[in-house]
Formats: sequence, C-alpha cells, structure tokens
Amino acid sequence: MDKSSSGTEAKPILVCQEVRRWFGGVLALNDVTLEVRHGEIFGLVGPNGSGKTTLVNAIIGFYPPQQGRIIYDNQDITKVRPHKVSPLGIVRTFQNLALFRGMSVLDNILMGRHVFMRPGALRTALYWWLSIKEETANRRVVEEIIDFLQLESVRHDPVDVLPIGLQKRVELARALAAEPRLLILDEPMAGMNVEEKEYMARFVLDIHYERGVTVIMIEHHLDVVTGICDRMAVLNYGAKIAEGPPREVVQDPAVVAAYTGGRRVHAV
Amino acid sequence: MPSNDRPGRGVLADFPQGSTLLTLLERNTQLFPDRVAMREKDFGIWHEYTWRDYLHEVLAFAAGLEALGFKPGDAMLVLGDNRPQIYFGMLGCATLLGYPAPVFPDSTPKEIVHVYKDCHANYALAEDQEQVDKLLDLRDQVGGPQKIIYKDPRGMSTYQEPGLIYYQEVRAAGEKRLQEEAGLEQALIGRPGPDDGVAFLHSSGTTGDPKGMVVKHRHLLAAVRSGFLANFFQEGEVLMAYLPVAWMGDTAYTIAAGIGLGFTANIPERQETLLHNLREIPPTFFLSPPRMWENMLTSVQVRMEESTLLKRRLYNYFLQQAMDLERAKNKGHVPTFWERFLRYLGELMVLGPIKDHLGLTRARHAVSGGEAIGEDTFLFFRALGANFKQGYGLTETAGVGTTMEDGDVRFHTVGKPLPGVEFKITEEGEILVKGENVFDGYYNNPEATAKALEDGWFHTGDAGYLEEDGHLVIQGRAAEVVYTSAGERYVPNFIENQLKFNPFIKDAAVLGAGKSFLGAMVCIDLEAAGHWSEVRGITYTSYADLSQKPEIYDLIKEGIQKLNKVLPEGLRIKRFVNLHKEFDPDDGELTRTRKLRRKVIEDRYGPVIEAIYDGRDSVVIEALITYESGETGVIRRNLSIQEVE
Repeated sequence: MDKSSSGTEAKPILVCQEVRRWFGGVLALNDVTLEVRHGEIFGLVGPNGSGKTTLVNAIIGFYPPQQGRIIYDNQDITKVRPHKVSPLGIVRTFQNLALFRGMSVLDNILMGRHVFMRPGALRTALYWWLSIKEETANRRVVEEIIDFLQLESVRHDPVDVLPIGLQKRVELARALAAEPRLLILDEPMAGMNVEEKEYMARFVLDIHYERGVTVIMIEHHLDVVTGICDRMAVLNYGAKIAEGPPREVVQDPAVVAAYTGGRRVHAV
Repeated sequence: MPSNDRPGRGVLADFPQGSTLLTLLERNTQLFPDRVAMREKDFGIWHEYTWRDYLHEVLAFAAGLEALGFKPGDAMLVLGDNRPQIYFGMLGCATLLGYPAPVFPDSTPKEIVHVYKDCHANYALAEDQEQVDKLLDLRDQVGGPQKIIYKDPRGMSTYQEPGLIYYQEVRAAGEKRLQEEAGLEQALIGRPGPDDGVAFLHSSGTTGDPKGMVVKHRHLLAAVRSGFLANFFQEGEVLMAYLPVAWMGDTAYTIAAGIGLGFTANIPERQETLLHNLREIPPTFFLSPPRMWENMLTSVQVRMEESTLLKRRLYNYFLQQAMDLERAKNKGHVPTFWERFLRYLGELMVLGPIKDHLGLTRARHAVSGGEAIGEDTFLFFRALGANFKQGYGLTETAGVGTTMEDGDVRFHTVGKPLPGVEFKITEEGEILVKGENVFDGYYNNPEATAKALEDGWFHTGDAGYLEEDGHLVIQGRAAEVVYTSAGERYVPNFIENQLKFNPFIKDAAVLGAGKSFLGAMVCIDLEAAGHWSEVRGITYTSYADLSQKPEIYDLIKEGIQKLNKVLPEGLRIKRFVNLHKEFDPDDGELTRTRKLRRKVIEDRYGPVIEAIYDGRDSVVIEALITYESGETGVIRRNLSIQEVE
C-alpha cells in the first residue's frame, strides 16, 4: 500500500510539551514531549507501566498533567475536563472494555452519539414531534458505522454474550460514533487471535483512509505497529526514549534495551 | 390499489412469442410499475426497488457499460454475494449481448482462472475490495480482466491500478446517455432476442473441471413456464435471494422466474444475518440444498436439548405425533378427528412457533434440490406443516426437471417430470432429458457437447429409474456405477447419502470398486458430534481429536450397523475410518456445491484406503503444512480403523 500521503511535513494535531504527572511519589510521566501530525497513525509503545495509558489519561483530561502543556489543534487543552474534550473531537477506547453490558450492540454504539444529542424532558415527552428526526439522523450514522465494521449480524445482541474480539470492535464503533478527529486506541488488539488482529488492523487502516481520522494507537504487538503506523514513540519509566518512523525506532539501541531486556531484536 | 395490481392467475406466465427477460421486464413496468421487485437490507432497513427502478437500473448500467467500449460477445466476470447491483449488472451485460459469468464468491484463484480462460472476460463486476483484490491477482497472472467495476467503494480510494471503475460512475454515464439519446431505451430493450445468452454458467464439475455453457432467454423462459404449469412456483412469489449467483438456481429463479412471474426477491443484509432476515420477510418459495435444511433441523434439535424439561417434553410429544401422522398419511391413512385435534394443538404450542423461527410461516413451496435428503429431515419439515417437496434439475436443464405435486409427495423420489420436460432412462440406467429448457451445448467444447447431447436428449450422467406412476428416483452419478470384486453393482454416492442422513456424519466416501467388501471414510459433523460429547462430559480439543474418540467411533459404528441392515449382503460396510478433517472445497475435495470429487479424494487418502483393505487397525497420515513464516512442517496423525459386524 502506498503511504506517501503527504509530501510536505503535515501540521501537528496534538503536541505534548514536557508533560509531567506524578501520583504521590511515583513519577508516571517524566517530561514527555511528542507531536502527532494530522492524518497519521501514531504508535505508542513501551513496557508495562511505562506510562502509555497515563499519557492518554493526561490528554483527555482524566489525570491532567501537573506540569507541561497539551495543545490540540492550536488550542491549549491542558486543564480541560474530559466531558469538554470529547466534543472537540478527541475520543478514546479503553484497554479493559468499558461497554454497557446487557445493552445491545446498537444501543452501545448509539451511546457514542450522546455528544450530538440534545435530550430534555419536553423533547422526550413530545418524542414524535421533536425528537424522532434527531434519533433517525443519529441512527443513520450508527448504521453506517455498523456497516463499516461489519457488525450487522450482532446488531441486536447484548454485548456481554459476544466474544472479546467482537466486543473490542463494538467499542471501536462507539468511539467512531462520536465522529472523532483524533482517535486514541488503548490496546485495541489485546487478547485477540491472529485472525481477529488482522481484521482489526484492516479496520484501523480503513478508518484512517476512508474517514481521514488521525489515530494514536497503544499497542504491544510490534508487528502491528511496524506494519500500519506512520510514526511511533516509545516510553520507558515515564520518559520518552525514542520517536520516529517505526523501522528506525525499533532498531534504536535504547528501545531494544528497554523492550527486550537487553537482547537484540531481530529485524521485524 | 388499482385492480390491475394483481393480475389473474396465468396471465403473466403466458409469455408472448419472442419474449426475452428484457421485454418481460418492460411488461412488468407497464402492468405494475410500483410493485416491489427487489428488497435489500442495508443499514438495518429494507430498501426497495420497484419494477420501474429495476428496468431503469438495468438499462442505465447497460448504456454505461456500452460507453466503456463493451461489445456484443464480450464476457464479464461477476464476483460477489447477491446484491441488486450484481443482478442489474448481469442483466445489463446480457442486454448488450454479452455474457455475464458469475463465479462462486469463495472460489480459489485457480477456479477463477479456469472461468476466466473459458470465456476470456475483459470486464469484471466485483462487489467489494475483497473481490477486486482477487481480480487484480488474476490480472497479474493472466493479464485480464482489463476493466473492473466495483460496487462498494469502501477501501478503494488508495488503489492506483488502471481500469478500476466505480459502479455508480458507469450507471451515471448510462443515465446521461438515456436522457440525451432519444429511443435508446427501446433500442436496448429490443436488442437481445430469445436466442441470446443471459448468463455464462458452469456445470458443477464432479468429474474434471467444470464445463462452461451459455444459458439463453428461451431456455430460461421455457423452464419458468414448465415450473409454473407444474405448480413448482406461482406468480408473485416472495423469495430470499441468498444462494450463490454462480449457481444455476439463482439465475433460473431469482432472475428468470422473478421477472417472468413477477416475484419479489429479498436480499439478506449479509450471509450471517440470513436466519434473522428470513424471519422478517418469510419467503413463499423457499428452495435450498439439503445441507441448509439439515442445518436448520440440527439447530432446532440442539436448542431444544438445551431447553427446559417441560418444553422438551412438549416438543418431543407433538413433533412425534405430527411425524407419525405424516408417515401414515404417506401410506394413504386419513387422519381421524382426534389426530387432527392433536395436530392442531401441536401447531399452536410447538410447530407454529418453530416455523416462525425458521421463517417458514408463509412457505407455500419449500423445496429441497441438488442432492438427496434424509428421511428424518424430510419428515420433520412435512410434519411442521411446510409444503416440503423435492425437485431435480441441472445447470444444463436451466435448473428445472422434476417436482412433486401437492398431495403426491414421497420421500425416496424427486417427483415427476415437469410439463414440457421429457425423461428417458437408457439401458445402462442413465437419465436423459429433453425439452425446450435443455441447453444448446458447452461453450467452445464440441467434444463434450457431442457426448452430452444426442438428438436433443441430454445425457445427465446421473443413474436412476422411473417408477410405474412416473416418479423419478435418482441413484447417483452414472459414471460412478461400480462393481465389487464379487460383481455386486452399486453407486457409492447412493450409499454415501444414506450415511450422511445420520446427523453425526457430515460427509463420507464409500470405497470398494473391485474389492471384496465395502469400506468407508467418514467425516464427522463437528456441531452435532461436539454437542453430543459435551452433554456426555467427553472433552476434546479439536476436530481431529474428537474424531478419534472411542465413544465417537462407537456412535458412528452404530449408525453404520443400522444402515447395513437395509443394504444387501454384498454391499455392507465392513471397515471404516473417521478422518481427521472435513472434506473441503478449498482443498479441491468437494465441488463448490459440495459434491464429492472422488478422484481427488482417492489420491489424497491413498494410504488410508490401503490400510482399510489390508486389515491394519490404524494408519498414520501425514499432512504437509505451511506456516505463516513460510516454513513448512509435517503433522502426523494416527487414525484408527474399525470393523463393523
């Protein structure tokens, strides 16, 4: 596949400047500075506990950084609360699934549309006059996503009876329903078999190409990261130790040492 | 609704002289322009195409395709699941006197190359990116097709290859031509004659490669007319279009009978949502191969076993009652008042709800065709109250041949010849067919044509006989009639089908040509056998592991013993083996319509067959496998061989 999407340097959509976050005596993020550009798939890797998820939580405002700045689309969002961040177009999925169990796939995905809905007692009471149009429009968007992620056959199934691979896909669908410009995927392929992984990689690429979404992906599978990411960064003990195109980064001696405990990685 | 909305019975089926599918399509747009011709579920909603839309879409595609340079006699590969655009595209291609050549969507590259070389298709219509990828691979290998039209633009934006065209662009170009060129519409409708082709299809190919042939308007219309006269289907049926487009039945029923008799074709959202969609729009005409019916039966049985005691008891009682009654009725018994009352109660409590679940509530014609069906399955659907029948037809006979009349249904035959279709049995026992629906010959293959067609009689290659009252009985492939060393004549396929009626056996290959006794290689049914084991607390890890469990061997042995009791002395199965894998079309062991390719199987399982006949009680089989990394390895497996008394 041809990936030379932009000849000129693309503008950054997200910039983290010396982001520092600690919990008591634990320094979870140590002056992390990185830049995610418009329209790229950005891989974020690192050993367990290296601060990947904390960084995501810092970006979306769940654990705002105590020092440093986060700039999204030329706007400082360092102290913005999570519920104000998602209308800006930053949406994340969770490493451990956070779906509404017992609710159907469809309802779960519709939930992702809540940022676009204007509920109210009057509107609900006069549903047939005031709200049905809005609901139809939202349902249409959701159906397009169901089609996109091939979830038709489970549309009405409760999510907790689905295998984990499908649940992950539902969560991705819900994130897409919020029409993100920056999509943060927290280990979208954890616990999947090879086939499910390939499916997911395909979907991430499709989202990227068809919907023009910038993607940050936390991922442990290095083959996936080198396969589909444009650029990547590696964290270790809360500090960034490398950033750049995957092929260069995985050869970096510091990364090799951090990631494999000192032994050499053979070419991925 | 105006009164001409539903024309009287028989009006549609009277095709005027010189009709083609196009002229009949135009007739439909005049008789009932706003009636629904096709529905497709997309984005969770059924989208409708009226007859007016149908004709317009076909002509717009045809005009657009012509603007691309399509010439009469050109062929167009068609890859994808059933979609309205696939049907519009096929008919549009036929309008330009071209040959749409559908390919089974799960075909291997080798099979696609075969079809491509047969018809030299310079064009292709693909459903989505997946099919486009296959066609691009094909192009790398053999240089064609040059122009690929794709229906679904998803994932296609990054493709730089030349000759890729979006379906809607072709359609829009055609639309523009239709508006600008006066009289083009009529000219297009009038272009094909009854003697022009509708589709380029392939025989199923149990022996050797599938053979290509052109199915023409007149063949199909003759078949539709025969089917109508025999009450195989009526006007205005509702059907579910889900069987592969490359299968004759889809061209014959969804397209030809659909247009000829004004059917409504419903297209499921995806193959996986089929059962759901069947419930939403239950078809009135429901044709499936036995495998589909058997799957439905198995799913009901498995779910009933997991149900509560009360429900299970009710199910067993009323189903048994209805099946016994059906069996007695077949022997001429007239149900008593009490029996009818019980049947009615059963309908209310058990049978009706099951029918609803399976989408059979409206099925006036539920037909099993393609292969023999098991008696239990047959009786089950009859007992449910579906008008369940069998039929027989081949690609070469435009998908029709025989069917059963209401009230004259029996399980071991495929029914009587349709009006206008003649049957004859040769001295060797081969079935011959003659009629307007019979094809004109294989494409560019005079040798095979000469063998298959004599004075208009088509040699089906199937062995069988006609009963005194005209019912046809199929025994299997005539070429497969073989003799044991003791001179006993038998058709392996016939015995295999009997074996397959056992729900635990998915496929089987019966051996014994020139041998002193019969042997069998069995592929167990993972779903049924797996469930059986689970209930009994027998643990297994994989198909191969399960197949070698002693309990499963006993289970299969029991089934074979039962069958042996009804087989003649010299034709009993003495030794059998459970294979470690299912027969698979991807491995070339089955055709795409899931018929056995005996030669491939005999080659591949040579060591197993040898072991069955030299008296060993186990055999080691080796399989070469290729890992994702490109390394190859060998998997060894010990298969046990057992005797049957």
